[in-house]
Amino acid sequence: MKSWLPFEWIAAVRFLLEGLMQTLVILAGIAIGVGVIVFMSAMLAGLQANFIKRVLTSQPQIQLIPPDQVARPLRTDKGTIEAAIVQRPTQRVLSIDQWPKIRVEMQNRPDIVTVAPTVSGSGLALRGDTNRAITLTGIEPEVYFRIVRVPDYIVAGGSQITSEGILIGTELAKDLGASLGDKINVTTAMGGNRILTINGIFDLGNKGANQRSTFVALRTAQSLLGLIGGVTSIDLTVTDIYAAETIAREIAAMLPVQADSWIKTNAQFFTAVQAQQNSNTLIRAFVGLSVAFGIAAVLIVSVIQRSKDIGILRAMGTKREQILRVFLIQGGILGFLGALIGSALGAFALIVWHRYARQVDGSELFPLILETQLFVMASGLATLTGVVAAIAPALRAANLDPVVAIRG
Amino acid sequence: MAEVLKLEQIRKSYNVGTAVETEVLHGIDLAMQSGDFLALMGPSGSGKSTLLNIIGLLDRPTSGLLAIDGVDTATLGDAALTQLRGQTIGFIFQYHYLISAFTACENVMMPMLVDKGHPDAEMRARAEQLLDRVGLSRWRDNNATNMSGGQQQRVAIARALAMDPDLVLADEPTGNLDTKSADAVFELMRQINRERGTTFLIVTHNDDLAKRCDRIVTVVDGRVA
Ligand SMILES: Nc1ncnc2c1ncn2[C@@H]1O[C@H](COP(=O)(O)OP(=O)(O)OP(=O)(O)O)[C@@H](O)[C@H]1O
Ligand SMILES: [Mg+2]
Repeated sequence: MKSWLPFEWIAAVRFLLEGLMQTLVILAGIAIGVGVIVFMSAMLAGLQANFIKRVLTSQPQIQLIPPDQVARPLRTDKGTIEAAIVQRPTQRVLSIDQWPKIRVEMQNRPDIVTVAPTVSGSGLALRGDTNRAITLTGIEPEVYFRIVRVPDYIVAGGSQITSEGILIGTELAKDLGASLGDKINVTTAMGGNRILTINGIFDLGNKGANQRSTFVALRTAQSLLGLIGGVTSIDLTVTDIYAAETIAREIAAMLPVQADSWIKTNAQFFTAVQAQQNSNTLIRAFVGLSVAFGIAAVLIVSVIQRSKDIGILRAMGTKREQILRVFLIQGGILGFLGALIGSALGAFALIVWHRYARQVDGSELFPLILETQLFVMASGLATLTGVVAAIAPALRAANLDPVVAIRG
Repeated sequence: MAEVLKLEQIRKSYNVGTAVETEVLHGIDLAMQSGDFLALMGPSGSGKSTLLNIIGLLDRPTSGLLAIDGVDTATLGDAALTQLRGQTIGFIFQYHYLISAFTACENVMMPMLVDKGHPDAEMRARAEQLLDRVGLSRWRDNNATNMSGGQQQRVAIARALAMDPDLVLADEPTGNLDTKSADAVFELMRQINRERGTTFLIVTHNDDLAKRCDRIVTVVDGRVA
């Protein structure tokens, strides 16, 4: 008996050790439950982090574009009603009004990191007798590449863009039969036409993007798209990615632009994450519940088995509260130890799974995220579950009639 | 001599308020002085255990006066009864009832541990001393249930003495032992009574042992005969 332990802890530990088989079986049960939760949560967090990382290195976090063009029918006389069909106007490629001013304003905001004006529109890439529709994006590479890390995806050549140069995707290169240094002819509906040299070829990991995306210098795009001196969007990154939507709304309210945050443009992803989290919560709740029932069942059996011990303890002056605590502590210990073992199991499974589960290209399926917070939370919750599950058995033990217990 | 125990017109009914209500004790009067060594006898079912449980504050009488060390217990609540029981009464049961999760020495320490909350060296020393007194020093680290019946009962005696109680209640302490062990256990209690002046109330069916007590009280059908 350790002198620093109070009676209740000593008794709880001894009772658990004496019923070692029962204790081990229920510990295994708790550990499996906690392990599943830890594994699942960490893997989901990893997949989510992976997706977010991917989104955030290939999309602006906020994009400012010109406001929707709305038709406003003229009414001459007040009170006269006109049966008019107002058609939505076609959305021409327009420049953002006074964009240099907006750019400066954005650069001055402390919550915004990068400001990259871009011009984009559609065009046609021609080489020999083939042509392909492309999206032409004019950029200032030094800032734009901080938002979309094209240099990371370059598979041939470099990411420098000369005024007569272009970066194209692997699919487009294949379709046009072009390779690094070849020249392609780019035309647009606005009558723009330039011969551009392929400075680099990239692979964004998405066939559609590799077919359509092209990057040219800002000025080149401006002249091709007939928007001299104008930009069609201002792309931003922010300090806190989860505040993007709030910041976007703030900007939209302040300036004559439409501001779309990555949270809004990836709404589907967030709905999916939410759905996954909901089902995750549900699974956790049920695992927790079955763990709780397991602990309660084991302790109820233990109370019955130990009724004579409890009776004799009461006869020698043990208070009801002391008996109550002995059993609550047993529940807590079971929950806590089960969680420790379960966390280790979950982490182990995660490491193994992380090593063997690969994507088609051999890269990891999800980053290994083992946050202490997750384990602390799991252990805390499991301990709490154990204590709560022990309430009914503990009350039963505390209210045992010593006369009946001793006679029995 | 101080009056350790006083019973006046103790009645006990079971299943009060139901059709099967039965009165088991019909007004028991009994007094014990400090240092008494009393045998409680009577046929099976006469109410000896019921009476002992009431005296031991494990059960309450339906009516009547029960005073321990001059304290009327009728007005005491559950917690106060538990407290009084721990401080003043030691129990020895027929089936020895040591707690199997602990060693012999720890079982003897248990009443002190429960009282103080934490174990300490003093407690252990006292438990070892008591074990020594009942002749079981060698067995102190033995698991409690890993001993013969007579040995276990001697540990139970040591445990009953742990809090230096004013009254030790023994319900057929030798009922489950062979003659030789029974004799040894009884003799041990008798000696402790003489050495320390501990008051003993012993339920027994054994006439020989009863004769060696200071006084015999016989209960028949819930009345002192
Ligand atoms: N909880 C109870 N409910 C109803 N009747 C009870 C209860 N406990 C004891 N009795 C009855 O009370 C009477 C006295 O029982 P008790 O155990 O006190 O007898 P005893 O003298 O100790 O007998 P023995 O010598 O066999 O131990 C018996 O008739 C028994 O059936
Ligand atoms: Mg009896």
